[in-house]
Amino acid sequence: MALIEARDLVKTYHMGAAAHTAAGAGMTVHALRGVTLDIEEGDFVAIMGASGSGKSTLMNILGCLDLPTSGVYRLAGEEVETMAQDQLASIRNRRIGFVFQQFNLLPRTSALENVELPLVYSGVKAAERRARALAALGKVGLGERHSHTPAELSGGQQQRVAIARALVNQPQLILADEPTGALDSKTSADIMQLLADLNRQGMTVVIVTHEADIAAWARRKLVFRDGLIVEDVRT
Amino acid sequence: MNFLAALRSALRALAANTLRSILTMLGIIIGVAAVITMIAVGSGATARVQEQMKGLGSNIMLVLPGGVTAGGVRLGAQTGQGLTEEDSQAIAQEVPEVQAAAPSLRTGAQVVVGNSNWSTSVFGTSNDFLEVREWPLESGRMFEAAEMQGSAKVALIGKTVARELFGDTDPVDQVIRVKKIPVTVVGILDKKGQNAMGQDQDDVVIVPISTFRNRIQGGTAGKLKRIGSISVKVKEGQSMKAAEDNIKDLLRQRFKVQPGADDPFSIRNLTEIMQAQEASSRIMTLLLAAVAGISLIIGGIGIMNIMLVSVTERTREIGLRMAVGARGKDILAQFLIEAVTLSLIGGAIGVLLGAIATWAVGSFAGWQVSMTLGSIALAAGFSAIVGIFFGYYPARRASRLLPIQALRYE
Repeated sequence: MALIEARDLVKTYHMGAAAHTAAGAGMTVHALRGVTLDIEEGDFVAIMGASGSGKSTLMNILGCLDLPTSGVYRLAGEEVETMAQDQLASIRNRRIGFVFQQFNLLPRTSALENVELPLVYSGVKAAERRARALAALGKVGLGERHSHTPAELSGGQQQRVAIARALVNQPQLILADEPTGALDSKTSADIMQLLADLNRQGMTVVIVTHEADIAAWARRKLVFRDGLIVEDVRT
Repeated sequence: MNFLAALRSALRALAANTLRSILTMLGIIIGVAAVITMIAVGSGATARVQEQMKGLGSNIMLVLPGGVTAGGVRLGAQTGQGLTEEDSQAIAQEVPEVQAAAPSLRTGAQVVVGNSNWSTSVFGTSNDFLEVREWPLESGRMFEAAEMQGSAKVALIGKTVARELFGDTDPVDQVIRVKKIPVTVVGILDKKGQNAMGQDQDDVVIVPISTFRNRIQGGTAGKLKRIGSISVKVKEGQSMKAAEDNIKDLLRQRFKVQPGADDPFSIRNLTEIMQAQEASSRIMTLLLAAVAGISLIIGGIGIMNIMLVSVTERTREIGLRMAVGARGKDILAQFLIEAVTLSLIGGAIGVLLGAIATWAVGSFAGWQVSMTLGSIALAAGFSAIVGIFFGYYPARRASRLLPIQALRYE
């Protein structure tokens, strides 16, 4: 059984309700037009495509942040599209770690507390929270910078904190949405190296990018155009 | 979500906008400080009013002999001459709630000095009468025991009588003629002003009760020791009702009244004044409640406003928290805790400010103030309720955001 099983995913936006996701004018936008996709546990997948091609929409659905208009999505065997918001929150908490382009760290909050955040919501006790967060920061090479706030860290370091936060709850899937979009090429390579290392340790990693050299780190490449997968290659 | 973690994040969020947080709290601070100060000053004022009311006679009772029924016609109170000086002594000694009891007789009389004369009320009573009425002397002295016993020709006069008869001269040791009996003025009563009925209380001459009975009243001396009324003062803090019941029981015993029969006497107190007193303290309480309510509502609206701004500003943070696993109720709790923290800190500062203001009023204006733990608890409770009530709507709005829209919010 694959970690991710998606069957005929369709996502339609009606203008007005979610206008910011719609690139073009018109009453209805078809962001996904029936995407079927399996991702095996331990894979490293890059999703590519121009903006508006539907790759971010797929990412949101895979991350249980959004629900498909129709189609079936099973994550680790659990059918997601029928779940209520609270159940989705629990799935995100246990199974998925997010890495965002803009890092999305809490300002004025230490790296340690940022990393602890998912554990707070899964009800882990303070002492264990601290130990696990420190371990995660150690994994990304920021062990001794745990008391710094985001403002005191460089972009690359902030993204490392975000990665530590993504993996602190030992998820099965890491979803990275343009993880290097705000970084220079040297730092980007460091971050991709880190993600590749995590993948080697058995974590499933899915990244969205529009840069070919970033996508080259992945073992499998999916290309999107107009809401459909037009290319699926293994390297 | 863990409460401590939520509290820490609330404090951090409030500290991030220190000035804004303080301005938001200002409504609550002023409201709570006003409540604390008003309660303290108000209860002090109420105590003062009660003090003054006591001087008017709110703790005074009048025991009157019952009316006589002659041929089926009831002649009203004081027509029967049932009460005696012994009854008065018994009340003073045997009823524990009673501080003092004074027997008195009263008549109207023309008082003459030289070529001026004046019509006034003459009371025959004892020194206790002055204690009961809380009526100090302005000058001179009270009656001596020998004078009380021996029908001495001495008198205390009120300010009005003194003015009308003596003008600017000092009346002490002067002789006045009451119903042609010469009596020496030994003291002048302090000014007391009008009573509740608009009568001038200073228009009075007081003589020892024995003097009154033997020299002024005239008529038969046979009905010995009969008196017109007994003025009773109840001890501070004692129930008027209990005192009245005990006096009633005592007198019924002394008069050997059969169970079920009517009292041969009646007891009156100044219920009108007490009602006025109750009404004034009720109005005071209402005023307090209105001030407190309005200022706390305004403070609460300030909190709601700033929490709505905060939710909008931190939409992305809310989206992030949801992405890493926060449920709606976690977000709700977080923003509620933030709102309550805001209002409780405001409440605490308000209590502090109120205490300072109370102290200032107490020491500079010289008012009697009393700050109680109860008013502090009330203020704290109110600010918490305001925080929850006005924080709920913004928090609920935050908790209802969709994660994907919140994350993408610009």
